[in-house]
Amino acid sequence: MSAGSSAREVVLGRVRSALRGAERTSWEDVPRHYRRHRPAPDVVELFCERVADYRATVDRVPADGVGAAVVAAARRTGARRVLAPAGVPQQWCELLRAEFELVSDEDGIGTAELEQVDAVVTTAVVGIASTGTIVLDHGPGQGHRAVTLVPDVHVCVVTESQVADDVPDALRRLDPARPMTFISGPSATSDIELKRVEGVHGPRTLHVLVVPD
Amino acid sequence: MPAFPQAAKQQLANAQLRHNLADATSTIRRKRADVVGELDDWAQLREAGAAIKTHTLSNLDTYLEQFEAAVTAAGGTVHWARDAEEANRIVVDLVRATGEREVVKVKSMATQEIELNDALRAAGIDAWETDLAELIVQLGHDAPSHILVPAIHRNRAEIRDIFRREMGEVGTPAPDDLTDDPARLAEAARRHLREKFLRAKVAVSGANFAVAETGTLVVVESEGNGRMCLTLPETLISVVGIEKLVPRWEDLEVFLQLLPRSSTGERMNPYTSTWTGVTPGDGPQSFHVVLLDNGRTNALADEVGRQALRCIRCSACLNVCPVYERTGGHAYGSVYPGPIGAVLTPQLRGTTSEVDKALPYASSLCGACYDVCPVAINIPDLLVHLRTRVVEQDRGWRSTPVDVLMSLASWVFGDAKRLAAAQRVASWSRKVIGRKGTIGRLPPPLSRWTDARDAPAPAEESFRTWWERNRGGGAR
Ligand code: SF4
Repeated sequence: MSAGSSAREVVLGRVRSALRGAERTSWEDVPRHYRRHRPAPDVVELFCERVADYRATVDRVPADGVGAAVVAAARRTGARRVLAPAGVPQQWCELLRAEFELVSDEDGIGTAELEQVDAVVTTAVVGIASTGTIVLDHGPGQGHRAVTLVPDVHVCVVTESQVADDVPDALRRLDPARPMTFISGPSATSDIELKRVEGVHGPRTLHVLVVPD
Repeated sequence: MPAFPQAAKQQLANAQLRHNLADATSTIRRKRADVVGELDDWAQLREAGAAIKTHTLSNLDTYLEQFEAAVTAAGGTVHWARDAEEANRIVVDLVRATGEREVVKVKSMATQEIELNDALRAAGIDAWETDLAELIVQLGHDAPSHILVPAIHRNRAEIRDIFRREMGEVGTPAPDDLTDDPARLAEAARRHLREKFLRAKVAVSGANFAVAETGTLVVVESEGNGRMCLTLPETLISVVGIEKLVPRWEDLEVFLQLLPRSSTGERMNPYTSTWTGVTPGDGPQSFHVVLLDNGRTNALADEVGRQALRCIRCSACLNVCPVYERTGGHAYGSVYPGPIGAVLTPQLRGTTSEVDKALPYASSLCGACYDVCPVAINIPDLLVHLRTRVVEQDRGWRSTPVDVLMSLASWVFGDAKRLAAAQRVASWSRKVIGRKGTIGRLPPPLSRWTDARDAPAPAEESFRTWWERNRGGGAR
């Protein structure tokens, strides 16, 4: 490891000599006059609008209709095999099982098996109204990261109290120690003559259900 | 290989490229203006973005050590690389240690800068680019020409031809009936790459941000290829320039607003992934960060020049630059094209080569890049600063601009790969070289460059104005 540690010393030494005589400012002195909150008259409504702007499907559903809405969303895509990760409410699972071949991720489902899954149903941890983003931290109900990546359809349930007004508000609610995925609409590319095409590698369909707590 | 005059002649036909570029950059400009206009605190965000980066750079040693400790505590390993060669050696050794012979790659400027793919190939390791544009560039044996949309110089028919010809050589072939419809082309890429994602055991990425406090890395993307690479393989190696650090998690609240809006003109890019070390049961269980200097400390040592290290690679400055719009990215002879390339590359590589000496002149000093830059890098100031440096470092330097341009050209034409890339673009140099293949007399104000050695002030008539008057649309 001696070569490695010497590279470390050399780079740090170069940094220190480059900064010799430079003023070292303090983090607290960074001007932060930007908005830490961006309240909207109706944050949840704004969230729905902005998610829809990304060509995702958005529905607001009553608390007692979530299970049925999840099933309807999966049905719309023509899915047959549906995955519900551990932590998703039992009631949804029962309704899903009645109509689809229900797959679980209990024993750490592999990518080859995920390839055979048509749609995945998850919860989220945060929504961001100003940008129309959902955030997963891959805790219970959200599955490990590949689960919402490999299948072509993602149905995601966000509760109203999870909706943050803006990016700063959202980041304050999140724990950086967890792996996270911020999702804004379906996978997209504009690499060919800047023509937007949905779905290159990630899910081609994103369906967001917003429910009261 | 054709001599320079013939090669220059071959480039003349590329009106298509200029058309594509003008179209593309004006579309992105419009989108960006719309979403930036949506935020009434944009000026304050920009001020904070610049200040956070300036602060980080002024304490970079402290933050690097803090980052290293945090990554290590989270189960990752940090490596340090003085230069490109060392970084490449580290990555090659890490891949070899896994016993694998291929890696999947997330689009990354840092790995392009160190020419990692070449180093891997030399070590018998295949590196597959998985970003659609990078795939087009790689399959086309080509070089990227834009930071954000590297294949912007290719049109859909060319892409179809490349896919048909090349995909089958390295994996799942393109379908026989592939058309030039972008949706069909994207579908072909999806099928081609899916196979590689599913079997890859090692991935290589860069990072958009690295959080010192937590050891968190951030990758911002659209397609999901990043997510594939960051989560499916067993080993992940991230090559990160030392200037990518931000002090704390909450600082991302500034950059996750500035970057997507400046870059693709979206409120947020489709996917942002963050990860901290390894997470048991989820994603790669072996994680390495290679912290890359490769000239960054040279830039840091320059009090004026160091502001270029604030760059978050959004590419907004490319999209507003009149010179970039006409020349395309290949003309810069730099991995970082456009205005930022013109100020960053000569600092990273030094200003001894003729190509690097010429870069600070690849601008009209019109100032559009400064206005649009989300971290307020004063690129025009930096250009003048670097011109002064070029002149002062070598007072005996008697090159005329034509010499400089010829050197740039000979660098481009001195290598088959660079030549192949350059042949498809309208190069800056050919504008000065006459159509008959002879060197035309330079009109004012270019003739002043030599006179201006001791006073490298902006010309009275900007290059842009001169260009419009003399050449605007003339080559179409
Ligand atoms: S210099 Fe500024 S505008 Fe240009 S790529 Fe960097 S951050 Fe973006």
